[in-house]
Amino acid sequence: MRRNRIIRITLLSGYALFIVLSWVLGFEPGKEVSQNFATFAIDMLKIVPCAFILIGLFEIWINKETVERHLGEESGLMGYLWAVLLAGTTVGGVYIAFPVAYALHSKGAKLGVIFTYIGTSAICRIPMAVFESSFLGIQFTIIRLLVSPPLVIITSKILGDYLTKRNYKLKQPS
Amino acid sequence: MYILYIVTGLALVASLAASRQKTLGALRIAVRRFVGILPAFLTMLILVSVVLFLVPDELIAKYLGADAKYVAVLSAAALGSIILMPGFIAFPLAGVLLEKGVLYMVLSAFTTTLMMVGVLTYPVEKAYLGIKVTIIRNAVSFFIALVIAIVTGIFFGEVFG
Repeated sequence: MRRNRIIRITLLSGYALFIVLSWVLGFEPGKEVSQNFATFAIDMLKIVPCAFILIGLFEIWINKETVERHLGEESGLMGYLWAVLLAGTTVGGVYIAFPVAYALHSKGAKLGVIFTYIGTSAICRIPMAVFESSFLGIQFTIIRLLVSPPLVIITSKILGDYLTKRNYKLKQPS
Repeated sequence: MYILYIVTGLALVASLAASRQKTLGALRIAVRRFVGILPAFLTMLILVSVVLFLVPDELIAKYLGADAKYVAVLSAAALGSIILMPGFIAFPLAGVLLEKGVLYMVLSAFTTTLMMVGVLTYPVEKAYLGIKVTIIRNAVSFFIALVIAIVTGIFFGEVFG
């Protein structure tokens, strides 16, 4: 753990130094890298604060029993369908799905549902699908929206059942 | 995007009205969770900024437009797995490539792996799922993306022909 932290701090400060020097010395590739960083960071900042506030509210207000009943071990196929619907309303990249998945998991959602949520929130988000179809056509988007959920659900169920037997748990990064 | 702000705002107001104490608790959880994953987010951002520089749009266009269509599908899937792009950059790019004659199934492999397979999100994913499960999930997602690409190709008559 300690060694990881040292590596991380070295990487971060090395990167920061590289960016500062690039701007001072007018090194174009370095400038471009920092602009990429800014573009992506701004895109994340538009979503991340809201996402974590909603996660916090979810942890405080939502009953464990409610989540267990609809997304837990006894939820059957409906649990998977809820996961797809929930994913459909998600915004942001898959990196937002992981903290949400952890929150669901800690409230008793089963692993198959968790993996279904992660997978479909990557490719079946409705706001994104609308945007996508305006560039690639509605047929392209509909094919993906129809083909992907069954594939994601089946593989998630297999992976989830396998890992549940092995007592696997998601981790909370600290 | 605005819907997200409205929903978050309404949820916060409702929560405050119900209990100030509990709302503060929720915000404390929000901050703690965010700080916990922040280092991994930063690592991801650094990787993204470097890789987007190393893999410019022209390079993507070159590989996705390869004459051998299955080579194009596979390299699209490989590139999509490595790169991570915000949607507002990725889809306009895909639209341009489509007009240049890149096949639907190639674009399908590219955009699906772009969103679903994450070499660059590895630091974030690993923090929650652990190394082993992260690798399994990404490998499975890669194959799902290929299946979706093939179905897309069949539909648009690109597979045989």
